[in-house]
Amino acid sequence: MTENDTEREPPGIGPRDWKSHPAYVSPEYKSTVLRGPTKPLVPITHSLSELTGPVYGAECVGELDHDLTRNGIKDGEPLGERMIVSGRVLDEAGRPIRNTLVEVWQANAAGRYIHLVDQHNAPLDPNFFGGGRCVTDDEGRYRFLTVKPGAYPWGNHPNAWRPNHIHFSLFGPSIATRLVTQMYFPGDPLLEHDPIFLGTPEIARNRLISKFSLDVTEADFALGYIFDIVLRGPDQTPMET
Amino acid sequence: MSHKQTPSQTVGPYFAYGLTPGQYNYRFAEVASGSMADDKVAGEHIRIIGQVLDGEGVPINDAMIELWQADATGRYAGDSDVRANTGFSGFGRFGTGTDEENRFIFDTVKPGSVENGAAPHVSIIVFMRGMLTHAYTRAYFSDEVEANANDPVLSSVPEGRRETLVAMRNEEDGNVTYRFDIHMQGDAETVFFDV
Repeated sequence: MTENDTEREPPGIGPRDWKSHPAYVSPEYKSTVLRGPTKPLVPITHSLSELTGPVYGAECVGELDHDLTRNGIKDGEPLGERMIVSGRVLDEAGRPIRNTLVEVWQANAAGRYIHLVDQHNAPLDPNFFGGGRCVTDDEGRYRFLTVKPGAYPWGNHPNAWRPNHIHFSLFGPSIATRLVTQMYFPGDPLLEHDPIFLGTPEIARNRLISKFSLDVTEADFALGYIFDIVLRGPDQTPMET
Repeated sequence: MSHKQTPSQTVGPYFAYGLTPGQYNYRFAEVASGSMADDKVAGEHIRIIGQVLDGEGVPINDAMIELWQADATGRYAGDSDVRANTGFSGFGRFGTGTDEENRFIFDTVKPGSVENGAAPHVSIIVFMRGMLTHAYTRAYFSDEVEANANDPVLSSVPEGRRETLVAMRNEEDGNVTYRFDIHMQGDAETVFFDV
């Protein structure tokens, strides 16, 4: 590399904290048994390949992409309890991650996904699509308007039900900070029975549960929940020179 | 560190309308697809294709693969803090549920070497129902024998497992295809990195 390239080296990203993330094979969640890697991960020294990543700014977000109560409307409003979910995307030092894409997808209020392979016989809502995206602002903040997703059954074990949840996908500054996760709701009685939630190390589980907020709640309109998300970084080890 | 990492959770079986809507014919614009390079993008145009196989060798039909790579000159797209944007985003996404053989298919250009001593490669991120945390791997190119032999990352992998990271080149009717199957488990388990 030239000297100039070295100056432009992006900042380092600290390691994945494996005490915070689920193991690949988690037998209570049955599909992990044949799908999770079983050999130890091979260590890798970060190079540009890991310290760079796609940049998606405001230009890739449509006007209604953040508003799931309106982006799927055909002939009326979606059914369900309107809610706002908002939060900040931060790094481990608590610094805001600005201008980063946040993608969400979720079931409708009856617990049915619009996805063609969802066979649950709860009704589809003609006015609800369930997908959305937005970009964080200068404080790292995002905000979606939606309806609260319903619980739904799944085939993992007899009488298995997924707790209410919203899927989140985030990039952060590089592919090393990539995160796909799920946000849950406070007080959900299904959480203690859900092998996906319980696959998370116990000390980290509460980070997946949003908080009800009267401040985010809008009077006569929608309940508010806060879900802050922390991505990896920065690296605390001194840079090699 | 003052803040703790938010744990990963599975992408689940229903990601398609949120993350790969165009490929699956949902009416929602998508930010990335398997078509990464149109005719205007400089470089050797290639297709990277493969299956994701479970521990019994069965192709997985609900995985999502993301691909991140440099352009043909070895430059990553990005903001000005990193390197000049080349007009090639370098990022692709493909779900394995639309191809009849459950393959992922990326039409792109062959990347150049990014740094001295590094062989050309693409970074791959694997998501699926049944995986609570995503997995990272790399695909190198079978026609880069000398560069691969000198690549520091490939050299750090136990010798017997290196071939799991090499995509096999095939030329037919002027079309260049690289085959890269991802084995989640088993004797031929693909090398996944602790990125």
